[in-house]
Amino acid sequence: MNKIIPVASVLVGLLLVWYIAAYFLNAPQAIALMDPDDARNFWLVVQAAFSMDRPVLPTPDQIVFSLADSIFDYPLNSPRNFLLQTMYTAGTALAGLAIGTLAGILFAVGIVHSRVLDRSLMPWLIASQTIPVLAIAPMVVVALGNVGFTGLVPKAAIVGYLSFFPIVIGMVKGLRSPEVMQLDLMRTYHASQAQVFWKLRWPVSLAFLFPGLKVAVALSVTGAIVAELPTGAQFGLGARLLAGSYYGQTMMMWGALVLASLLALSLIGLVRLGEAGLVYRRGGRL
Amino acid sequence: MSDVVIAAEKLNVVFDTGDQPVVALSDVDLTVERGDFVSLIGPSGCGKTTLLRAIADLVPLSSGKLSVNGVSPDAARRNRAYGYVFQAPALFAWRNVVRNVTLPLELMGMAKAERERRAAENLALLGLRGFGKKFPWQLSGGMQQRVSIARALSFKPDLLLMDEPFGALDEITRDNLNLHVHSLWRQTGLTSVFVTHSIPEAVFLSTRIVVMSARPGRVLRVIESGLPADRNLEMRDTPEFLRVTQAVREALRDGHSYE
Repeated sequence: MNKIIPVASVLVGLLLVWYIAAYFLNAPQAIALMDPDDARNFWLVVQAAFSMDRPVLPTPDQIVFSLADSIFDYPLNSPRNFLLQTMYTAGTALAGLAIGTLAGILFAVGIVHSRVLDRSLMPWLIASQTIPVLAIAPMVVVALGNVGFTGLVPKAAIVGYLSFFPIVIGMVKGLRSPEVMQLDLMRTYHASQAQVFWKLRWPVSLAFLFPGLKVAVALSVTGAIVAELPTGAQFGLGARLLAGSYYGQTMMMWGALVLASLLALSLIGLVRLGEAGLVYRRGGRL
Repeated sequence: MSDVVIAAEKLNVVFDTGDQPVVALSDVDLTVERGDFVSLIGPSGCGKTTLLRAIADLVPLSSGKLSVNGVSPDAARRNRAYGYVFQAPALFAWRNVVRNVTLPLELMGMAKAERERRAAENLALLGLRGFGKKFPWQLSGGMQQRVSIARALSFKPDLLLMDEPFGALDEITRDNLNLHVHSLWRQTGLTSVFVTHSIPEAVFLSTRIVVMSARPGRVLRVIESGLPADRNLEMRDTPEFLRVTQAVREALRDGHSYE
């Protein structure tokens, strides 16, 4: 309850700034299209600026209505339905997230258990993240396309490439976080390395998995959108963004943007849900 | 089975540090017989913890002979001959009390019903009945340490090794835990080695007190308690008790120049 008022005031402030910006950005074009007599009337200019077909900056209500139109006026299998496009992107993000999480965990396990991998792998993993994803995405698409993978696989690979990194970092830290005493304890039990892993390292590291997952989720939606650009831009929110920018359809771009952030928020919500489930099972603490 | 559970002869442990080797234990001899409660006492850095860790095969010996339960420390550890209680409870925060106590049994592959029966038994022994479903952070420090003792007992070891288990606790809690440990030892007759730097604690619990000194860590004197086996806190004000306390204090003073 005590959060609602501050959050709401920020929202009101943002909307205010948005409408003012929309007025100043759209008014010149609106005036150019108007009858010169009307253009001297401030309120008519405001109305025109807020209801253009191709505004420079659409107003929030225009975005909401255009999204509602696309979702309710077109069948779910129509490419013009934004919900369908969101589901494409969500599928890519989730598949990539699964790949990234799995790869991240495997890398971390390797790094923690092998000195050689610790020395050799980590610098390369860090270097991998310095390559702009926009540069590598088309190469991945082309390379995987050549060996017969098209559609979801190359896109998920790109998302995985982006999202594995926070998982590795979190899990390496997590798998190394058992106290010396806890490790000694396992030694007094003559526990095998597998037992030390499953009974100690893994459960300890889960507390570090979730922060990594939250970062990975945010990256996965970005990654999914970027991955959709070089694949011909036929499906997904990335495709809508690209099409919108080709044809000057700002409303389409903003719609894609809004849905992308909602998608990321709901994926984060899923991670939180998983985290809450684990906290519950652990009696209230992670 | 011989009656000698721990036999150390000319034990040396040297740690290689950066500049010069540190002699943690120098020519230490120690004999612990079945049913003994032996305390290792001495100033910080006297190697009492190192000795306990050597017995537990947690530090390698540099030279000397050490047998635990008739075999080498390594073999004793593999046989799970001892339960070890650390300076901190070292409980697993994500496991409730019962699941912490059953951890070693799980590792041994014991069936669940038997694990839980054992846990209930050991928790009752330490006055923790009804706390099984709690998580470690919901317990006080003293209770956490009792859970860790219950965990060390869960697989019925021949030997209980305790490394300053109550060092971090306040005196009132410590008294209470001393009573627990004493009644545990009276009930089970479990051979115990107990590291402490509290003289009253050592005298209260032990049948024998091994006084050690620092740099290099060595055994100064072994004091037989001679006190009756059944003890209570009030006993700590009796002349007999104070006499043993005095003997320990003198031994410590002899070995320590306070430089």
